[in-house]
Amino acid sequence: MRTLLVWMAGGLTSAALTPVALANGWNMPVGVTALSRDIYSLHMIIFWICVVIGVIVFGAMFYSLFRYRHSRGAKAATFHEHTSVEVIWTAIPLLILVGMAVPATATLKNMYDTSEADLDIMVTGQQWRWRYEYLGEDVAFTSNLGTSREQISGADEKGEHYLLEVDEPLVLPVGQKVRLLLTSDDVIHSWWVPDLAVKQDAIPGFVNENWVRIEEPGIYRGQCAELCGKDHAFMPVVVEAVEQERFDEWLVERKQAAAQAAAGVDREWSMEELMERGEQVYGAVCASCHQPDGSGNPPVFPALAGNQPMLDDLDWHVDTVVNGVSGAAMPAFRSTLNAVEIAAVVTFERNAWGNESGDSVQPSEIAERLADQSE
Amino acid sequence: MASHLPPKPTPQHSTATAGGMAEAEHPRPSGLMRWLLTTNHKEIGSLYLIFSLTMFFIGGIFALVVRAELFQPGLQLVRPEFFNQMTTMHGLIMVFGAIMPAFVGLANWMVPLQIGAPDMALPRLNNFSFWLLPVAFTLLLSTLLMPGGGPNFGWTFYAPLSTTYAPPSTTFFILSLHIAGISSILGAINIIATILNLRAPGMRMMDMPLFVWTWLITAFLLIAVMPVLAGVITMMLMDINFGTSFFNAAGGGDPVLFQHLFWFFGHPEVYIMILPAFGIVSAIIPTFCRKRLFGYASMVYATAAIAILSFLVWAHHMFVVGLPLVAELFFMYTTMLIAVPTGVKVFNWVATMFRGSMSFEPPMLFALAFVVQFTVGGFSGLMLAISPADFQYHDTYFVVAHFHYVLVPGALFAILAGAYYWLPKWTGHYPHLRLSQWHFWLSVIGVNLTFFPMHFAGLAGMPRRIPDYALQFADFNLASSLGAILFGASQLLFVLVIIKCVRGGEKAPARAWEGAEDLEWSVPSPAPLHTFETPPEFHPHQH
Amino acid sequence: MTRLDEQATNRDGVRRTVTRTLVVLAGMFAFAFALVPLYDVFCEVTGLNGKTSNTAQVLVHEEVDTSRMVTVQFITRASAGLPWELDVQTRQVRVHPGQSNEVFFTFRNRGGDASRAKAVPSVSPSEASVHLRKLTCFCFQEQRLEGGERLEAPLVFQLTRELPADIKTVTLVYTLYPVQPAQAAVSRRGPIKEGDSA
Repeated sequence: MRTLLVWMAGGLTSAALTPVALANGWNMPVGVTALSRDIYSLHMIIFWICVVIGVIVFGAMFYSLFRYRHSRGAKAATFHEHTSVEVIWTAIPLLILVGMAVPATATLKNMYDTSEADLDIMVTGQQWRWRYEYLGEDVAFTSNLGTSREQISGADEKGEHYLLEVDEPLVLPVGQKVRLLLTSDDVIHSWWVPDLAVKQDAIPGFVNENWVRIEEPGIYRGQCAELCGKDHAFMPVVVEAVEQERFDEWLVERKQAAAQAAAGVDREWSMEELMERGEQVYGAVCASCHQPDGSGNPPVFPALAGNQPMLDDLDWHVDTVVNGVSGAAMPAFRSTLNAVEIAAVVTFERNAWGNESGDSVQPSEIAERLADQSE
Repeated sequence: MASHLPPKPTPQHSTATAGGMAEAEHPRPSGLMRWLLTTNHKEIGSLYLIFSLTMFFIGGIFALVVRAELFQPGLQLVRPEFFNQMTTMHGLIMVFGAIMPAFVGLANWMVPLQIGAPDMALPRLNNFSFWLLPVAFTLLLSTLLMPGGGPNFGWTFYAPLSTTYAPPSTTFFILSLHIAGISSILGAINIIATILNLRAPGMRMMDMPLFVWTWLITAFLLIAVMPVLAGVITMMLMDINFGTSFFNAAGGGDPVLFQHLFWFFGHPEVYIMILPAFGIVSAIIPTFCRKRLFGYASMVYATAAIAILSFLVWAHHMFVVGLPLVAELFFMYTTMLIAVPTGVKVFNWVATMFRGSMSFEPPMLFALAFVVQFTVGGFSGLMLAISPADFQYHDTYFVVAHFHYVLVPGALFAILAGAYYWLPKWTGHYPHLRLSQWHFWLSVIGVNLTFFPMHFAGLAGMPRRIPDYALQFADFNLASSLGAILFGASQLLFVLVIIKCVRGGEKAPARAWEGAEDLEWSVPSPAPLHTFETPPEFHPHQH
Repeated sequence: MTRLDEQATNRDGVRRTVTRTLVVLAGMFAFAFALVPLYDVFCEVTGLNGKTSNTAQVLVHEEVDTSRMVTVQFITRASAGLPWELDVQTRQVRVHPGQSNEVFFTFRNRGGDASRAKAVPSVSPSEASVHLRKLTCFCFQEQRLEGGERLEAPLVFQLTRELPADIKTVTLVYTLYPVQPAQAAVSRRGPIKEGDSA
């Protein structure tokens, strides 16, 4: 009896300690929200149920393999049915599953309750980046992969957060209920952060809802979780959770930064400035499809180097960058890039790789094009 | 062409003795024409099996390209666009070109023998069903060479990635799938007609061997869902080429509709790929335990229950799509429920072993490995069924681990077990024992080294269908890639075993295995080209 | 039974089985296609995928539920390939269930040429969409604008009193999609679609 109690205590302790023991890069993370902890518990419970059933079934099986060998002279019994045993081993799993369904149902209901949120964020999946809009705050930006292509190709050593870093993370306040609205501009993507236990598909033309309340400040990294084309592996999600005060500060800083970027619109930019900025934008945003050397990957991703139709028609070139191409992988960058960036990248494309057109586009021209033009 | 053929018919087995089925002896073509025109279930069975083995190696090579790129973090070998084609084609080839045709081949060979029928109900249709497959897969493989490349949207080809944003070759992909689908449908009709009408007198439904039962139920699943696949891909075709908007929100359609339609086919499809495996294992285990299968009736009912339930679980593949809560709960419950009849089958196999008299010839080794490893796959499936937890598992390597466990050391091992079990009947020789054992053990080590680490990679956060990954997944991927090479290479041993077995080896009697009970063991080994031209005397007894 | 009789019976049986399976086959193929409108009907009736009705709905003359307010958020977006913009006069309104409301949207064609577009709505949470009745909506038909032209169009809507009490925020997203000229040629009014208004 004492031995039994000791075994039980040991069993319960190790079950309780499993978050510590097993959440070490081999197991699902416990996460930093109440929901992520609930999901982790459900995961561990069903895991242990499977282990116990496995031990019983495989135990019986390996015992038979050993004990009832023909080579040992075992003689086969003749029974081939036993109704009451069969009823029992149908009923017991059924009851275990019903038992499992109860906490699972409760957690699911909780996951679906998006009401009374403190902050709304619109998350848009694009090929191959995420766009975040803070509804009601007028802050919006895209979040691109921050890892360099040199690291990917092996020319540089890989950093600690290889493929899990971005240029601009989604900054969220700790302790607030954040409602996430998800959609896509092209194909189906999926927004996932394991530490927050949030995953939801972003479907073009439709909007999905989810919510999160992060309890601890920190940086949480995830990835796109639905095949979305060639750079599916290269559009990570990074959430930076900060205390409310810091979040409020950050919002102000962000709005100021946007205003400053827009301020660059009014002045005259030199060719060197445009080319420098353009090269930067091209590398971060265009090179993944059109290649760093402008050679593209026809027929899906046209070459820009030596692209005569593009060089002959500046207006069409700008229109394509601003408005994208319907039904193709070329997105509309009017919502992703500001007027300075668009002017710079178009200038760069028209003069790099031997294109030498001598054309330059001023940010003010682009801004005018983007602004109200009613006639 | 491998020469593991049944011997040419001798006069006493000529069709003239079939009493009314053919008037006179007809000259049989030889060489290529023989194989192009054969209507014999044994020869067509062999054609299916050879085709399936070839496709298995092709699909396997694509998998090795994938695993080679995933050997280390970074993009070293292939571009992401091509990588996506490799993962897609690997899935399509293995599902439609390797696993399904292998089971059809086994059905063709063994169902008529097990029910005491001279051939399938519709022999010429049988020939046509087979020859559609090389056409379909030549077309499918040729898409890799077309401008824009082959299908690159996953074997599940979700819209709009597979419609609006798809390469030009997609129309050919759709056509090849239509052709393969017709082949499956015609084969299923043939199997149902054969089983329902051509059983030996005295063989009632509940006397049939379990392999026949599982194939009957599988054939009904095929009839029910292959047309739905045909419908979905036709809608895709229309969206791509004729301006419709079934799956395009711009035109009022819905990408999620695609997923509902696809998985309404897709879930029964995965049961189509496992039920015949259950039947094979249910033949082999009793034989090598020298004991009747425990709970025959409940095995039949459990199989039927699984088939019916398989129509009610499809949206568990869509738990993160934004289903309404009531739907999410419904599908969670039905998915958990389907674990019950599946578990019952496993218990019945173990109960067959308990107090049996077991020996461990190669067929039994594979069958036992099936029971253990399929159950492991079943456990990860049960974990996936828990919808809230699935939000963390969905589209990660945890899912990849799950379905590879049920398909590779699951369905594939059952096919290998069946091959080792019935090779004596097909060729008249026992497979070379040592080589078979090496094949077995290297396969078991290889398959587990490949797929077990994937559970951890998925739990640690690695998504599916990516050619490059973050550093914390590196060790798991290294192990998987090494395992894949080992597993792939060991399958060459299987080819060696087959070639040797066809040519010679220890002679096998009619009843090649001591405990084997069904009707196929009452005809000579190798089985003559024509068998049971007169129906056998069937005495219902053990099952 | 003689061997010949047996074979005749078998052949009849086979014929019967084949006929029945072919009927099932045809039925399942038809079922797959029937699922398309069925899916739409199911979604319209239950509102489960956030799609709203595509035809004008008479507003229910019911008492306004002054005991609670619901926030209705508007989000507008335009897809690639379309040089249009869609703006809304106000990003959100607070309404009582049962109350009828009017909100103005502005379309602008920033391109140089005339083109057509259609606004496709989506509602979140999807349970709310069956309770969202629209008397007037620009989303019922496609819009055509000359290059540089702008157009103001109203949305007149009502959230019914049956809206579940736990829904406090409803988000209505309009995505503008281009209408392809080829489709416009086929149907004057817009792309081929189920349930288009007459």
